Amino acid sequence: MKKENEDSARRKFLKFGLLAGGATLAGLGLNKKILGETPAESGEKVKVLTADGKLVEVDSSLVTRHPAENLLSKNDVREGIEGRKFVMVIDLARCANARKCIEGCQKMHHKRPPVEWIKVKKMQDAEATSPYWMPQPCFHCDNPPCTKVCPVDATFKRHDGIVLVDNERCIGCRFCMAACPYNSRSFNWGEHWGEARDTTETKGCCEYSPEKSFPSKMGTVEKCDFCPDMAREGKLPDCVTSCPNGTIFFGDANEDTVTNGEDTFRLSEFLKKRAGYRYLEELGTEPRVYYLPPTNRQFPFEDDKEVHNTTED
Amino acid sequence: MHTTHHQSDLNPEEQKQEREEMRSVVLRPLRHTGTIGKIWIGFLVVVFLFGCYAYTVQLREGLKVTALRDYASWGLYISNFVFFVAISLVGALISSVLRLTNFEWHRPLTRIAEIIAVSGILFAGLIIVVDMGRPDRILYLFNHGRIQSPIVWDVIVVSTYLVTSVLFLYFPLLPAIALCRDTLTDCPKWQRWMYKFMAMGWEGNKRQWKIMKRSVAILSVLVIPLAISIHTVTAWLFATTLRPGWDSTNFGPYFVAGAFQAGTACVIIGMFVFRKAYNLKKYITEVHFNNMGKLLVFLCVVYAYFNVNEYLIPAYKMRGAEAKLLNDLFTGPTSPIYWSVQFFGMAIPAVVLLFRRARKPLPITIIALFVVVGAWFKRYLIVTPILLHPYLPIQNAPLSWTMYFPSWVEMAIVGASLAGVLLIITVFSKFFPIISIWETLEGEGIDLEEMDNRKK
Repeated sequence: MKKENEDSARRKFLKFGLLAGGATLAGLGLNKKILGETPAESGEKVKVLTADGKLVEVDSSLVTRHPAENLLSKNDVREGIEGRKFVMVIDLARCANARKCIEGCQKMHHKRPPVEWIKVKKMQDAEATSPYWMPQPCFHCDNPPCTKVCPVDATFKRHDGIVLVDNERCIGCRFCMAACPYNSRSFNWGEHWGEARDTTETKGCCEYSPEKSFPSKMGTVEKCDFCPDMAREGKLPDCVTSCPNGTIFFGDANEDTVTNGEDTFRLSEFLKKRAGYRYLEELGTEPRVYYLPPTNRQFPFEDDKEVHNTTED
Repeated sequence: MHTTHHQSDLNPEEQKQEREEMRSVVLRPLRHTGTIGKIWIGFLVVVFLFGCYAYTVQLREGLKVTALRDYASWGLYISNFVFFVAISLVGALISSVLRLTNFEWHRPLTRIAEIIAVSGILFAGLIIVVDMGRPDRILYLFNHGRIQSPIVWDVIVVSTYLVTSVLFLYFPLLPAIALCRDTLTDCPKWQRWMYKFMAMGWEGNKRQWKIMKRSVAILSVLVIPLAISIHTVTAWLFATTLRPGWDSTNFGPYFVAGAFQAGTACVIIGMFVFRKAYNLKKYITEVHFNNMGKLLVFLCVVYAYFNVNEYLIPAYKMRGAEAKLLNDLFTGPTSPIYWSVQFFGMAIPAVVLLFRRARKPLPITIIALFVVVGAWFKRYLIVTPILLHPYLPIQNAPLSWTMYFPSWVEMAIVGASLAGVLLIITVFSKFFPIISIWETLEGEGIDLEEMDNRKK
């Protein structure tokens, strides 16, 4: 009985969907007929240089945007990149604690030590087992404890799986930092906190966007953002490309593919074959970052001789 | 209302004398401030202003002037916030629970409890703003507020409790304000104007008494669920996270129990100070200290029960990440604070106060001081050590990030908030009677009708 009901409900829904879809198609056709091929005028004029060197003013709707230009609306930033479902796989067998991912990330995001959006931790599960290195970015959880507690919707989960922070909204209560069980978030404790020295001249260069997490703002929370601005350009995050050992794989779960820039794998097979797991699965946060256990390692474990980030400045 | 109390044995003339005496005793501190009182107020003002200066430093430089960093991201401000919310619950306990359960002896204590509640919750609200990285965006809580966030729940319940507590303080105060208006005729003009304005035309007629008493009765019922919810929601700020040490279903009642214990100790200290400074021996008697002592024993035992649930049961299991925290609290670097708080702030007071002699004014006040100081440190233990014992090990961080010792700015601001609470209580007691005259007289069965008609 119940089954039948559900079925009929589903059928109704499908019917409705078809109708709605048909209506949309009809609408589109209509639009095309009325408007022709040219898009609607925006009324906003922009100056462009023609091929023969003349400066002319045209309607902004006639100009195609270069993807590097950050012209995403606030809503685009909150919705995410359509059709994508970003995912990361970290092969612990490849990590030799080169810490290049950290450096790459810091460079890309204009950060300086000791602020690390991706960390490399020395882990040892039991006394009798071997230690291993574990790169730890933000896990971009599907059940994120951080976005739940935000009182002002400053940190949010997007449809493409990415968790971002809007530093123009953040009130600096740091509840998300308390709520994140992995300490993935860091705080701008002062003006230009943890900002790379060499970016002083680039200050005021660009408009802030949560996708770039730059320029940073005092009194707000920041973290690993999975580099969505790079993804829009079809590029990999810097932690992935900086790793000399190809430890970090980035990709799209919808495409079922991950790559470290050299090797590309079918995500589902990769995780199955290499017994992928997620850190602290029992917390139920559903991370989008998978780990492959450190078996058949490429390098023997070697302890760090250096002490990193000893000072704040 | 009158029928519920015993009638006084005194004849009408003696009753009149009682009333006159109480009025003059209770109004004396409003007329006159001694040297010690002036020094005390001056001291509080200086501490408060120094904290304000420290806050300007923090506003200018950012939170980097605190010892807070990415791991210990909540510290003194948040633990002080929890402490203030905790002590503010006592208003509901003394003025409401004891009232509704007909413990008549609570009557001279209601106002002390209520002003502690009001100033506590007010400064709880202020100190949480101090903790914000972007206080300039505070209005975002309203125009971008998300009801899913426990912080928004806290904003709602704390502001509601503040308003309710102010009304709960104000309504029973109306006859006293009118008394000040009518008798303190030699005070400055603005003060007379204030009394006149605040008395809202109180004449003490039957209708006004009826409305006032009714409102107080309604408020005393409303304030109980509100008080419980402010501290339960405060507990949820921690319990809604996955951190070992906060991830506990015990947290709500554990906080509420601790709050009643800490607040009761605050009232005992208040009773002692006001009794001594304002010469109120006749109204705040040894019986009151004795009863408050028994109440404190009970509350310490209840709190101990929740502590057993909160610490010893997890300690029985010693589960992974939580074991690191518990080892730190029991035997590690934090253990001196932990055991001092548990023994001097809870266990020893509960045992000592079982003896009648310890419930005399001076000894019980000393014990209450230990309870309050213990309660303050306990809030710190609930907040920061948990943040310093996360699931993932803290590595490759500056030494100052791996521990927490508050900076001078934090200490100055927290000192100012404590001074601010004491200042509000002190200044209040200089403008309004710190004992409710009508409630006390009513409890003694003295006829109030005469008092109402003093204007005629």
